[in-house]
Amino acid sequence: MLLAGMVGSRADPVDDTLVIDGQEMISRAKAPEGHPFDEVLSGWLFREGETRALEVDSFENPGMLAVEEGEAIWNTVEGTAGKSCASCHDDASVSMKGIAANYPKWDADSKKPINIELQINKCRTENMGAEAYEFDKGGQRELTAFIKNQSLGVPVQLDLTQGDLQSWWEKGKDVYYTRTGQLNLSCASCHEASMGKYIRADHLSQGQVNGFPTYRLNSGLTSLHNRFRGCIRDTRAEFPKAFSDELMALETYVTWRGTGLSVETPSVRQ
Amino acid sequence: MNWRTTITALVFVPCLVAGAAAAEVAPNDVAFGDDGVSVSLTGVQGDVEAGAAAFKDRGLGNCLACHANKDMSKDLFHGNVGPSLDGVAERYDEAMLREIVINAKQVFTSETVMPGFYSLDVGKDVVKAREGQTILSAQQVEDVVAYLGTLK
Ligand code: HEC
Ligand code: HEC
Ligand code: HEC
Repeated sequence: MLLAGMVGSRADPVDDTLVIDGQEMISRAKAPEGHPFDEVLSGWLFREGETRALEVDSFENPGMLAVEEGEAIWNTVEGTAGKSCASCHDDASVSMKGIAANYPKWDADSKKPINIELQINKCRTENMGAEAYEFDKGGQRELTAFIKNQSLGVPVQLDLTQGDLQSWWEKGKDVYYTRTGQLNLSCASCHEASMGKYIRADHLSQGQVNGFPTYRLNSGLTSLHNRFRGCIRDTRAEFPKAFSDELMALETYVTWRGTGLSVETPSVRQ
Repeated sequence: MNWRTTITALVFVPCLVAGAAAAEVAPNDVAFGDDGVSVSLTGVQGDVEAGAAAFKDRGLGNCLACHANKDMSKDLFHGNVGPSLDGVAERYDEAMLREIVINAKQVFTSETVMPGFYSLDVGKDVVKAREGQTILSAQQVEDVVAYLGTLK
């Protein structure tokens, strides 16, 4: 809680180290070249002590229930081909280890960036004869959380030389700095210009994506595109569709802004 | 709404709107001078209490989201995206305060994070329900300015 007396200064992110089940996470990293900040910081450093504590122990982390649900889906046969994810990829702790830290990747088939959610849909439709998940439905968030959790601790690193990914990065940067809505704010208004300050009771972080899907104490497991849409809606703007070109470009750019941070999925936030 | 408020609304609101519309300065007609906006947007003296209410209201000014204000220390969660507004009336006169509330970009830089509360110079993709509208009405701006004038 911030009362009038404290105001005027930025509240610094905490000087603390995130260790999950004994494994140290990289929650501060030197920013990549061309980044507006010198250091990239995990959103974990901006949360209150009680919220932070929930992430250091997998048994306490409420998001781990969703990861277990995702594991069950991984092993469930669905679709006309009679296969599960495990039929082709076996043990996810081996086959998916570190994979999600490099997403979005370039997808040569669609000639667009592809994220984990869309890769799941691709395998469902092309390899399993199952229907694509609708946004945030059917197990999409849980399965995504399970796959990303296999990269826990691995630093985020995109290969922007793949296909046309660099031009999507550029486009995402435009989206990031474009002011939207009646309140006329861009992502940068809150997560760059006001980083470290309080907007109402919320301590503004850098808006990093390394912990998604994230477990929010108010609303449960939350996908990245849902978060993007929520932040855009708060500017009193119409928000783009999940997985639209605009949000895929934004995901590519914002993921790059967190280069070097450990994958923290499922992170715990308020 | 019960029958009493319904009738009040039916009887009084239309004449208030008609009365205000005659004198009101439209958002695109606001005259920004070197010393701020010296002419009232409505010609009706701002109401301090109504201004305090609009200042707090999350759907209207929501000013506490970004500004601390000791006068409202009973309300929780004052942000600090912008400076504290304690003593703001000592720093700016009425015309400057009016200009800041109408469109902070006129006073600070186009980069400012503070929204323009009586401006149609807004971001892209404004939600349909608010297209062509300002965040505060002309009278609400006058009320908020009157309230800011008490912060000495
Ligand atoms: C019939 C085989 C098959 C099934 C079933 C299958 N996949 Fe795949 N999957 C592949 C192949 C082949 C590739 C690599 C080529 C490609 O990207 O399409 C792949 C690629 C992937 C990748 C990207 C790996 C990387 O290195 O970037 C992920 C993630 C993935 N699959 C997840 C899943 C999930 C989750 C399911 C279940 C919903 C699933 N797969 C079901 C065959 C399968
Ligand atoms: C009006 C202010 C505001 C704007 C504009 C805004 N955000 Fe946010 N955002 C917040 C707040 C408040 C939070 C929750 C506290 C935090 O983590 O910073 C948040 C959280 C986030 C998070 C989650 C961070 C985490 O650690 O889990 C991401 C990602 C994010 N924002 C991205 C964006 C992007 C991308 C944009 C532009 C499309 C944007 N935000 C625009 C206020 C804003
Ligand atoms: C989203 C954030 C935000 C909101 C909401 C907001 N402001 Fe501001 N305000 C700022 C910022 C940032 C500044 C500093 C100007 C700058 O440097 O860009 C500022 C500056 C000011 C100043 C000048 C203060 C000084 O001492 O220089 C006044 C007066 C002011 N705001 C009043 C208001 C009122 C009244 C409201 C509500 C009707 C409001 N603000 C809502 C962000 C905000």
